[in-house]
Amino acid sequence: MATATDKKPATMAQALQRAMRDAMAEDPTVHVLGEDVGTLGGVFRVTDGLAKEFGEDRCTDTPLAEAGILGTAVGMAMYGLRPVVEMQFDAFAYPAFEQLISHVAKMRNRTRGAMAMPIVVRVPYGGGIGGVEHHSDSSEAYYMATPGLQVVTPATVEDAYGLLRAAIASDDPVVFLEPKRLYWSKSDWSPEAPAAVEPIGKAVVRRSGRSATLITYGPSVPVCMEAAEAAREEGWDLEVVDLRSLVPFDDETVCASVRRTGRAVVVHESAGFGGPGGEMAARITERCFHHLEAPVLRVAGFDIPYPPPMLEKHHLPGVDRVLDAVARLQWEAEH
Amino acid sequence: MTVQELPGAAAYRPTPPPAWRPRTDPAPLLPDPEPHRVLGTGAELDRALMLKLYAELVRGRRFNAQATALTKQGRLAVYPSSTGQEACEVAAALALEERDWLFPSYRDTLAAVARGLDPVQALTLLRGDWHTGYDPREHRIAPLCTPLATQLPHAVGLAHAARLKGDDVVALALVGDGGTSEGDFHEALNFAAVWQAPVVFLVQNNGFAISVPLAKQTAAPSLAHKAVGYGMPGRLVDGNDAPAVHQVLSEAVARARRGGGPTLIEAVTYRMEAHTNADDATRYRGSAEVDAWRDHDPIRILEGELTARGILDEDGIRAAAEAAETMAAALRDQMNADPVLDPMDLFAEVYAEKNGQLREQAAQLRAELEAEAR
Repeated sequence: MATATDKKPATMAQALQRAMRDAMAEDPTVHVLGEDVGTLGGVFRVTDGLAKEFGEDRCTDTPLAEAGILGTAVGMAMYGLRPVVEMQFDAFAYPAFEQLISHVAKMRNRTRGAMAMPIVVRVPYGGGIGGVEHHSDSSEAYYMATPGLQVVTPATVEDAYGLLRAAIASDDPVVFLEPKRLYWSKSDWSPEAPAAVEPIGKAVVRRSGRSATLITYGPSVPVCMEAAEAAREEGWDLEVVDLRSLVPFDDETVCASVRRTGRAVVVHESAGFGGPGGEMAARITERCFHHLEAPVLRVAGFDIPYPPPMLEKHHLPGVDRVLDAVARLQWEAEH
Repeated sequence: MTVQELPGAAAYRPTPPPAWRPRTDPAPLLPDPEPHRVLGTGAELDRALMLKLYAELVRGRRFNAQATALTKQGRLAVYPSSTGQEACEVAAALALEERDWLFPSYRDTLAAVARGLDPVQALTLLRGDWHTGYDPREHRIAPLCTPLATQLPHAVGLAHAARLKGDDVVALALVGDGGTSEGDFHEALNFAAVWQAPVVFLVQNNGFAISVPLAKQTAAPSLAHKAVGYGMPGRLVDGNDAPAVHQVLSEAVARARRGGGPTLIEAVTYRMEAHTNADDATRYRGSAEVDAWRDHDPIRILEGELTARGILDEDGIRAAAEAAETMAAALRDQMNADPVLDPMDLFAEVYAEKNGQLREQAAQLRAELEAEAR
């Protein structure tokens, strides 16, 4: 019998694989499809073993055509299946954009609820893995701007399992953004006793603090945790909120934290202009204005095409850039 | 059950064989050298089917005329007429079994109506009181699709899913000549052939994509030839010869149902009206061309042959016309009633449950409506 003591180091990629495996075992309508997901197990091995265990009808290597993959998934969902689609890389998901925007996101609404789209679109996203051009985009803002989609991104091994199970169980479409540089991050985790399935739409306080709140998600969560540790030397006790779900957005958890600390910095890799942080800063300001000691600041990727790998370290928000932003939160007003 | 265990599964190939070789003989896939015809060939005709086709064609023509009239009265926002293409629309509906699925484009309201869908529900999109006015699963008719060719991969996925489940369901997807230039057309046909999905693609080549003639759309010998590149058979048919379209479609549907895989059919027809009531066709085509097609009108050529062969008489013609008038009068009455709209429906089905901002925005709209009502 499995117990908590069976916990061994597991990677995020393994937890994601386990989530699909468990969902497929429980529900015969769950189908995985995408490029290289079958025999190879995906370029990141996230679907490793699924075709072998469930057969190629359940975990299918498709032709290399993203619109076709998502478009056929729509038809499969119309017939009652729950497709889990893998887009191989963030920037390779763009050919499927029309299917996502015009059909996946709108089908429930245009049919007055008669035909929901329980589809999960898994997208490895973000930089920091030394990828060449078109392999490191942070595309979440495009998806967030589309009503009808849910946008979810885990930052821990446990959440990777729980959130993907919740996404597959959801009757509405989920763009499931997997921070690819965290695929090999490890945690002591037992697949026999996985974390409870996390509901979509709930942020979590990763680290409690009193001085200011870092609001972040996905690949920037470990950066913010490290920054919070480093900030102790400066005398700042930072709180870190891991959003986990960008849509729906957990105003409650975010605002409760900001009302406690009075200061907030939003941190993400995605470009700042027109990016998620602008929406978040606006929402915080609208709801917590009288609790704020300083303007809500954003630490984001620059407003540039994603850089070549040898220059990406200058682009990605790192610990120093986060701490610089924290330093600009008008601390002098305290005295 | 896996597809490999299904009847007829030998030809069903969800994964490619390990050693791929170029197909050495594509000839069986090549389309008919001339558009396939039934009328005027002396072929045997099924009396009951012919009378059904005729009645539906007449009803369909009247439906198109009535819908166009409704745009002039402001009762429809827009209507892309299928006048001249009724043979394709009607044959598409009649070639399917109850359990099969139809994937129409925005010009295929008539196919949905001919399949039995309530005309008011079918016209919801074009009336503008909602996007889709019916439950697609109840009628097995996908929503009328406006983004060109994007419904084709849906048809493939649905047919594939049905096959995986062991259901002998066929999907029929409708698209126009312009739609064949879209990437989704290519991807859908490729997926269909690789998966050997039970799907039939019917291209209604009506000569124009709004204003752009076929010569500017493709350099292919015919649109049906495109099938060869995907490894599926192509068929070329006279799209105004209703028995011919019905025959070719029925053969393709039967082939798909027994596990033979997809077929691409090009039906050569002509859009007699402008693209929609908002378009002016005189800017891009002359009346001589339109008049020439009048001689090959689908109702005219079917009526001529059926009366010559004693299948249809004056009484039959009158009965069909009267039934069409009755339908048109009922449609007129129904469409003259204002639809009942509830603005709060805007928020009802964005998600299964409203998220935070939708709750806030719904409350805002409700307050605005209450203020207006005061």
